[in-house]
Amino acid sequence: MAILSQDESQAILKKVLSFSTADECEATLSGSNGGNVRSARNAISTSGAADDVSLAVEARFGKRSGVATCNEFDDATLRRCVQRAEEIAKLAPESPEYMPLLGAQTYIAAPKSFAASTAGITPDFRATQIGKTMKICDEKKVTSAAFLNDEAGFVAKRNNKGLEAYQQYTNLSFSITVRTPDGTGSGYATGDYNDAAGFDAGALTQVAADKAAMSRNAKAIEPGKYTVILEPAALVANTDASLLAALMNALDARNADEGRSFLSKKGGGNRKGEKLFDERVTIYSDPTNAEIASLTFAGDGRPQKKMTWIEKGVVKNLYTSRFWAQKAGIPDIPRPGGWIMEGGTQSVQDMIKGTAKGILVTRLWYIRPVDPQTLLYTGLTRDGTFYIENGKIKHPVKNFRFNESPIIMLNNLEAIGKPVRVNGNLVPPLKIRDFTFTSLSDAV
Amino acid sequence: MKRRDFVGLTGLATGALFIPSIPGFGSGIEVDPLRLLDAAVDPAVKKKLADAALNAAKAAGATYTDVRIGRYLNQGVFTREKQVQNILSTESYGAGIRVIANGTWGFAATNQVTEAGLAKAAQLAVQIAKANSKVQKAQVQLAPQKGYGEVSWKAPIQQNAFEVPIKDKVDILLAANAKALENGASFVNSVLFQVNEQKYFASTDGSYIDQDIHRIWPTFGVTAIDRASGKFRSRQSLSSPMGMGYEYLTPKAADKVAGPAGSNVIGYKNSYDILEDAAAAAKQVKEKLTAKSVVPGKYDLVLDPHHLGLTIHESVGHPTELDRVLGYEANYAGTSFATLEWKAKNIPYGSKQVNIVADKLQPNSLGAVGYDDEGVKTKEWDLIKEGKLIDYQKIRDQAAMVGQKESDGCCYSQSWQDVQFQRMPNVSLRPGTAKLSVDELVKNVDKGIYIAGNGSFSIDQQRYNFQFGGQVFYAIEKGKITGMLEDVAYQANTQEFWNSCAGSCDQSDYRLAGFFNDGKGQPAQSSAVSHGSATTRFNGVNVINTARKIG
Repeated sequence: MAILSQDESQAILKKVLSFSTADECEATLSGSNGGNVRSARNAISTSGAADDVSLAVEARFGKRSGVATCNEFDDATLRRCVQRAEEIAKLAPESPEYMPLLGAQTYIAAPKSFAASTAGITPDFRATQIGKTMKICDEKKVTSAAFLNDEAGFVAKRNNKGLEAYQQYTNLSFSITVRTPDGTGSGYATGDYNDAAGFDAGALTQVAADKAAMSRNAKAIEPGKYTVILEPAALVANTDASLLAALMNALDARNADEGRSFLSKKGGGNRKGEKLFDERVTIYSDPTNAEIASLTFAGDGRPQKKMTWIEKGVVKNLYTSRFWAQKAGIPDIPRPGGWIMEGGTQSVQDMIKGTAKGILVTRLWYIRPVDPQTLLYTGLTRDGTFYIENGKIKHPVKNFRFNESPIIMLNNLEAIGKPVRVNGNLVPPLKIRDFTFTSLSDAV
Repeated sequence: MKRRDFVGLTGLATGALFIPSIPGFGSGIEVDPLRLLDAAVDPAVKKKLADAALNAAKAAGATYTDVRIGRYLNQGVFTREKQVQNILSTESYGAGIRVIANGTWGFAATNQVTEAGLAKAAQLAVQIAKANSKVQKAQVQLAPQKGYGEVSWKAPIQQNAFEVPIKDKVDILLAANAKALENGASFVNSVLFQVNEQKYFASTDGSYIDQDIHRIWPTFGVTAIDRASGKFRSRQSLSSPMGMGYEYLTPKAADKVAGPAGSNVIGYKNSYDILEDAAAAAKQVKEKLTAKSVVPGKYDLVLDPHHLGLTIHESVGHPTELDRVLGYEANYAGTSFATLEWKAKNIPYGSKQVNIVADKLQPNSLGAVGYDDEGVKTKEWDLIKEGKLIDYQKIRDQAAMVGQKESDGCCYSQSWQDVQFQRMPNVSLRPGTAKLSVDELVKNVDKGIYIAGNGSFSIDQQRYNFQFGGQVFYAIEKGKITGMLEDVAYQANTQEFWNSCAGSCDQSDYRLAGFFNDGKGQPAQSSAVSHGSATTRFNGVNVINTARKIG
C-alpha cells in the first residue's frame, strides 16, 4: 500500500480535514517502499527492506499549533489523530513566529521524478546487481565494498485554506570502494538516479577498480598550495558534508541578517547582490530538470520554481523561512531540493590534458567546518589522488588533509567541466589554483 | 530525493544553526507527550509475538533467528533566546527480524506488531537471505551463545525525564538562555533531548530479554557578534549526553571539576549546572572575539575530558572496531591502520601511560546495558595496555574471524527497523594512578595550550591523520594559564599523538564525555557512546592557525 495515487491520497486527506474543528488544519500523507543491499570483502554483508506510510495532521487555534501522526487510515484512527492534534494545539504556547497556512498554490507540472523501473525493484534485482560487482572484483583479484539503496515514494498535502499538492518520486543510489589486496590502492565510484534504467553497476565497478589499480604505491609529495582538479564526487558527497553543499547550506537569509554567516555585512545587513565569486560561477535550482527532477513544492507547501542563487559570481537570492521573509520584508523563497552548477563541455580527461602541473582528486572525506566566519572546512583526499604533469597522470600521491573555504576556492577558479549528477544535484568538475593542503596522511 | 530529507525539512531543520541533527527522530511518528508515559508492553505479550516470528522463520528454513521488538521514545524541547521553537515527541514501535538461511543473513522489519505481521516479516527475511545466498561464498559463522531464559535489565535512573512536566523543561532552558543573554550573548539556542528505548530481544538460543534504557542531553550554543567588525564566535555547552534520567539536571557541588587556575572552565561529572555553564559560555564567547590569534607551531597540549573524549572516540574507538579492521566499512566509514598484521608487529599504539578499556557497564554511561542487541551479556575488556594494542571490539559473527570463541557484547541497532551490527562500546582512557591535580599537571608545562570542550573534528578513513578544534583555548606559559587564544586546531598522527602522551590526572578528575550520534553503516545508523578520561598532557603537538581572509 506504500505508493498511494493522487486520488487515493487526496480522498484520505479530504476526510481528515472534514473531521477537523480547528481554525486551520493541514494534513501531509507520505510513504515509501524500498530496499538495500550491502557488500564487503566481495560478499554480501547486510540487506533489508522497508515499507512505510504515515499521516501528519497539524491543527491550529489562533497562534497555537499541534501535530499528531498515525499510520493506519480507517475512519476511527483518522478521527482520533485529528482530535489529538487539536488537543495538543489547545495546550501549546502561542508561537511568536506564527504564519497562517498557505492557501491554494500553483505548482509547475509534475516532472519525471518517478520511474516505474525503480519502483519495481525486487530483492533478486539487488542481489544480481551486487553479484555483478562481486564477480568483476573476484576476477580482477581486488576487494570491493558496495551499497545499493532504492526507494519509491510519494508526498501528498492538503489544508483547509485550499492548498493541495501531490507528487511521486523514486531514487536509486549506488557506491563502491575497491581496494587492492596489498592494501596500497583504493578507488571509488558512485551514481544516483531517479530512473534505475540509467544504472550500470558493472561500469561503476570498473571505474573504481581502475582507480584502485592506478593508486597503488602512492608517492609522498610536500603539502602546500596546489592546482587541483576536483571531480564532482569531491565537491558534493551523498554520505558526508561537502564543500559545495556547505556553500549552498549557507545561503540562509536569517543567519546572514543576524550577523552569523559569511554573508553577513559589516555593520549589519547581508551581502546579497555582491560579487563574491569568479564571474564563471552560476548556480541555480530547477525541480523540472530531467536529470535531477525533484519535488515542485517545499515541506511547508511553498512552490519550488526555477531559481538563480549565484549568477556570474554575484549572490542573487537567499532562501528564508516564511516568518523571516515577512519580518525582514524580503522575497519569500524556500530552500531548494537539488541544484545545478553551470559548467562547460570538458570532461575530467580533457581537464587533465590541459594541466601542466596539478593534482587530480577523486573524493574528499570527513569534511567538517573549522570556522563558520569564513566557511573554512577541513577534510582529506581519499580513494584515488594523482599527480598530473604535462597533461598526463604521472603517478599516484599520498592523501592530503586540506583546510579550504569554498568561497576562496570559487575565486581561484581555473576551469569548469561538464556537470554530472551527484546526490540529486548537477555538479561539474572544477580546476582550482592554490588549493590548500596542510598535511599528509598515510591512509589508503 | 529521500523521504527522510523531506521529513527533516518540514520539522527540525528550521533555523538549526546550532542544533545537531538527531537521528531516531526521523523514524518515529509524532505523538502527544503523555503517550510517552504509556506503560511498556507486557513482556509476556512480547514473548508470544516473538515466538510467532521464531516459528515462522524456522518453518521457512532459517537455522538461526533473532527478533527485536522495540518501542523507541524521543522528546526534544527546542528554544532560542526568549521563545520556544518546537516541542517534539515521537514514538516508534515495531519489530526487526534477523535470520540465517542457507548460511546467509537476511533481515526484515515491520510496524505491524501482531503475530501475523511478525510471521510475515520473518518469512520476508528468509526470502531475502535465500536470494542473497545465491551469490554468497562463505557461510556466516556465529559464535555460540547460551540462552538466558526470561531476564530483564533496567537503567538505574532516579527520575524518568518523560514524567517531568514540559513546562519545567521549558523553564530551565529559558532560564539558561536568560543567563547567556544577561552575560552578553547575542544569540542562544538550547535544546533538551530525551530518549527511552524499551527493547525486547528473543532468539532461537533461548533468550527472552526485556530492557529499559534512558538517555538525556541538555545542550546549547551561544553566539557573540561584533557588528562593527562583522566578527562572530560561538561556544557550545560543556554538558555531555548521559545514560541518565532528569536527575542529570540537578547540579551537585561534588560533580563540578574546575579547570586549571586562570581558565574559568568548569567541567561536569554526573550532574550538570546549565545556568552556570550558560553564564560562563556567554562571558567566554565575548572574550573569544578579542582573544589573541594563535602562533602556529609545536605546543604541549593539556586536554580536558570533554575534549579528549572525542579524540579517544576518533583515534582509538573507531580504529579498533573489528568490522572496520576487516574491511566491512570500506565503502563508508572506512578501514583501519590497526590491522591484524599491524597488531602482530607489536608497534606501540601509545606511550606506557596509555591504558584504554572498552565496556558496556559504566554507570551513567551511554553504552551501559545488560545485554547487547544479539543477546550477549555485556562486559569490560582491555583494548590497549601500557601502550600496546591487545584486542578489538567484536560481535558474534566476527569472533571466529580472529580465532576467538565469543562476542564482546557490543552489537547494537538504532531502531527496530535497522539491522543490528558491531557498534562502539564505551572506550575510555584510564586515569593516572598517582595523585595529580590539573594545576599540578599544568605547572610543568613550559609552552602549551589548555583546550576545553570538543569542537571541529576530522580524521582520515584509516585513522592516521586527524585535526581537532575545541570550544575554548588558553595559553600556558611557564606553568601558568596566561590568557585566551583563538583560531586553534591541532593536527597529528594517531600513533605519534598517543606516543606523546605524558600522563593523566588522577581518578578525582575522571569524567565521561559522550556523543548521541556516532554514524556508521549503510543505510547509516546512529549510536550513543561515552568516553571517560581525566585531563591529560600530550607533548609537542603541531598546532595550526585557522583564521582566513575572505573578500
